[in-house]
Amino acid sequence: MIRHHLFWPVAALALLIVLNAVVNPAFLELRMQDGRLYGGVVDILRNGAPTLLIAVGMTLVIATRGIDLSVGAVAAISGAFACTWIAAGGHAFTAMTLALGLCVLLGLWNGFLVSVLGIQPIIATLVLMTAGRGGAMLITEGQIITINDPLYRQIGAGFLVLPIAILISLGVLLLVGALTRGTALGMLVEAVGTNPRASRLAGVRSRTIVWTVYVFAGLCAGVAGLMISSNVSAADANNAGLWIEMDAILAVVIGGTSLAGGRYSLTGTMVGALVIQTLTTTVYNVGVAPNAILVFKALVVIAVCLLQSPHSARLFGPRRRAASAPHRSEEVTAA
Amino acid sequence: MKKCMTAAAALTLLAATACGSGDSPSAEDDTITLGFSQVGAESGWRTANTESVQQAAEDAGIDLQFSDAQQKQENQIRAIRSFVQQNVDVIAFSPVVETGWDAVLLEAQRADIPVILTDRAIDSEDDTLYETFLGSDFVEEGRKAGEWLVDNAEGETNVVELQGTTGAAPAIDRKEGFEEVIADHPDIEVIATQTGDFTRSGGKEVMEAFLRSHDDIDVVYAHNDDMGLGAIEAIRAAGMEPGEDIQIITVDAVQAGMEALAEGDINFIVECNPLLGDQLMELVEQVVADEEVPKRIEVEETTFTQEEAQAALPDRKY
Repeated sequence: MIRHHLFWPVAALALLIVLNAVVNPAFLELRMQDGRLYGGVVDILRNGAPTLLIAVGMTLVIATRGIDLSVGAVAAISGAFACTWIAAGGHAFTAMTLALGLCVLLGLWNGFLVSVLGIQPIIATLVLMTAGRGGAMLITEGQIITINDPLYRQIGAGFLVLPIAILISLGVLLLVGALTRGTALGMLVEAVGTNPRASRLAGVRSRTIVWTVYVFAGLCAGVAGLMISSNVSAADANNAGLWIEMDAILAVVIGGTSLAGGRYSLTGTMVGALVIQTLTTTVYNVGVAPNAILVFKALVVIAVCLLQSPHSARLFGPRRRAASAPHRSEEVTAA
Repeated sequence: MKKCMTAAAALTLLAATACGSGDSPSAEDDTITLGFSQVGAESGWRTANTESVQQAAEDAGIDLQFSDAQQKQENQIRAIRSFVQQNVDVIAFSPVVETGWDAVLLEAQRADIPVILTDRAIDSEDDTLYETFLGSDFVEEGRKAGEWLVDNAEGETNVVELQGTTGAAPAIDRKEGFEEVIADHPDIEVIATQTGDFTRSGGKEVMEAFLRSHDDIDVVYAHNDDMGLGAIEAIRAAGMEPGEDIQIITVDAVQAGMEALAEGDINFIVECNPLLGDQLMELVEQVVADEEVPKRIEVEETTFTQEEAQAALPDRKY
């Protein structure tokens, strides 16, 4: 079991939750309040929903041997557009639809640069990462747009017993899981990531696949942006989704998907995203001093990554090379 | 390389035109020329600050050369150099960062152009490099927040603090001033303090965690309005009434904060005033007339209770 690629991330998650419960026993308490669940774990799920959603999109991008640095900026644009639209008197539904349409366009742009022009993903998406936040600030004219719209509030702060945000994220996760693992799509994505040339020669339409995953990542970022701004009923172009691309990439890596592309694990991504959000919540709950937060987070992440590395797996596990074979097959069942 | 040369050419051109029009504005007539380099337009506060300076210059009949540094020090240094070359009467700027100003300020000093710092201070051993620093006293803002709490607290009071970005001057000073005042009052205790990064979502997330780990919170002290507004959301979600079950004190007094104060969600706001234009123009005139000015001048700032907010809101500028 110790050799399973998710052993250490799950252990870290469990450890963090135990730490929270020891310091503050009320943390694990769950109660119904006005028809919704209220408790520490629910907070983790709700606050972690945007990161999880973006990480799902990022998983597919990384599986094709790409990376999308622009997701934070795209999230900012989405929230900025929707809030500005609503503030100008528009309907929340139109606002969200248009904002998501805009994000699909941005995803198309990223995908075009990468799959058609063949620009390196890190550079291609860096363009939108920088320009996108500027665009968001143009939309909001540099102000924080505050709105008060009951419908728009739902997507980030609303509840259907569980937070609506996490229901959306988990729904997308399951859908992607069913779509890629239930059909050959997942295998094709992995093939493109493992060897783009060989897969093209074998008849896989790698350009379409690569283009599609960037559009999907843009859409995920757009929905996450709506959640982030809806959660506080305000669009802050400067800070919304700031560094969330790093959190998403980290979630994917912690989940065991290699940045070199190929094999990916959606379950792993989910666990990774939860570890990251639980880490943030733990910092607040346990009362780590503000100037020690970054060091504390870094230590936990380093510990998980070190324990996950192939070298330490050999140290901890039985000293047999053959053991790596079953290890691989388990992942295909992911999600 | 090509880019460098273009930039160099542009600079030379700029310098040439600047030299060309150099001495005329100040020497011929009595109009004062003020070169002002702003940080950028990163927040509503800053926009209000810029508008105040522009409006005040127009009212005072001062010729304002305005330059936006877009939050980059090199832009600001370039702007100050070009002000020196234009031979403006006074240079004013809000430094993007604290250090690295000595060389360019020395150039201004050699050209005999007085410099006024606004809003933010610089960290330099040589304080003859500038005439005066006009800006908010963040420690005093923290003290004002603490004083209101001391006057209004009844019995045992548990405070949670939402700090600004770790290491930022306003965060450090607003904490210090607040602690200084409540230190003499053992029944007021800060039971938890954490950074919310000056953002709404930061304030909300931290407040959620505070509500989870402490069930005896009486007061929230947030270093800016936005974090306070985030805390309001968290308190509502926990089924409590912000402003009543838990009292909220914030600093800044931006539009959204003032509205929440008027509606009773926030209890007290200490103003951090961006409207320093008139004070700046007065100083510019004094400096040009060679009058002695103090090294440190505080912006006139006030505080708002809920009633005062309702009265002040209709004609707030920002």
